[in-house]
Amino acid sequence: MWQALFESLQGQGIVVLAIAMDNAQGARPWIEAAKPSYPCLIDRDHHVADLFNLVNVPQAIWIDETGRIVRPPETAGSTDVLRMMDRTNGALPEPIMAERKRIKALYLDAVRDWAQKGAASEHVLAAGEAGKRLVAPDPAIAQAHAHFRLGQHLLRSGQTDQARAQFDEAIRLHPDSWNIWRQAAEKDSRGLAAGPEFWARVDALGDKAYYAPINMKGVRPPG
Amino acid sequence: MLTLLHEQRETTLPNAHASGDALWLDRLDIETTTGWAWKPEGLCRNDICVPLPRNAAHPIVKHDKLDLAAMWRHMGQPVVHDASASTWVFGTGPEQRASALASLEAPDFELPDLDGNLHRLSDYRGKKVFLATWASW
Repeated sequence: MWQALFESLQGQGIVVLAIAMDNAQGARPWIEAAKPSYPCLIDRDHHVADLFNLVNVPQAIWIDETGRIVRPPETAGSTDVLRMMDRTNGALPEPIMAERKRIKALYLDAVRDWAQKGAASEHVLAAGEAGKRLVAPDPAIAQAHAHFRLGQHLLRSGQTDQARAQFDEAIRLHPDSWNIWRQAAEKDSRGLAAGPEFWARVDALGDKAYYAPINMKGVRPPG
Repeated sequence: MLTLLHEQRETTLPNAHASGDALWLDRLDIETTTGWAWKPEGLCRNDICVPLPRNAAHPIVKHDKLDLAAMWRHMGQPVVHDASASTWVFGTGPEQRASALASLEAPDFELPDLDGNLHRLSDYRGKKVFLATWASW
């Protein structure tokens, strides 16, 4: 997914670290097909989502040479187009496709700008602004991650029904997490959790975004 | 045999015992499973010590064991277990997560690639890291 970006960043003191919110079985065919030359890590228990309060994929975090967060978790170049999609074939109207492409390019250009200029990049946030954009987990979210962790453990030991109960509790406590819902959902023959239940959840979002708009110069809020 | 999951640790505990929502661990098991040390002044890690609550009706210490589940909840952190109380997750609380994030220092983690090689975020110190998530689902 990030191979072209990675290649354009060579020699600039930056690594792409891809984290699959997934088990190895789900992630393997994708990684083997893409043959990425950057590290692809498998986070079957969604530990990184727990640490950084992530809710969906793709989300990205920019971390500088000293280990400081210079852009907190945000949507990694995707746009909130699900509700404009033809649900039978995934097609999008042409203007929406063009806008989606524009924002993706703008986001990837920002990553390249940071790779080249480092702290001098306009996309690197001052500590105050980075702090303001961080979303801290609430008690229900912390509790949800504990239930999800237990559910994954039970699933691996074959205790499917008990695992389901843990996932249901995690979803109840943290309904905004698509990571938890989709990981725990029934998958179709393509391995996707994109059946009627998924679309019902998308419809139930109302005014909420599936992908929160990126807060970056040149990206208009959707709508 | 009891199993305790905390952060990325998974520990089996031959000497622990569960009773309802209580999980009794000795000093060594507490430190091995959570990294917290049980000292006279309380439960301690780095320069923080949380005093044990005093509740005569529900004592948190019995002989050489501490009810770590009660202590963990007292610290505002999640504790969940399976139906048979044989697998326990000691989660990290929202305040602890929030203060780690507020420092803007990226919390470290260790994860395997497909070949089982472990990578730590801190292995990449000295380089910028574009950390991006994805999934097959």
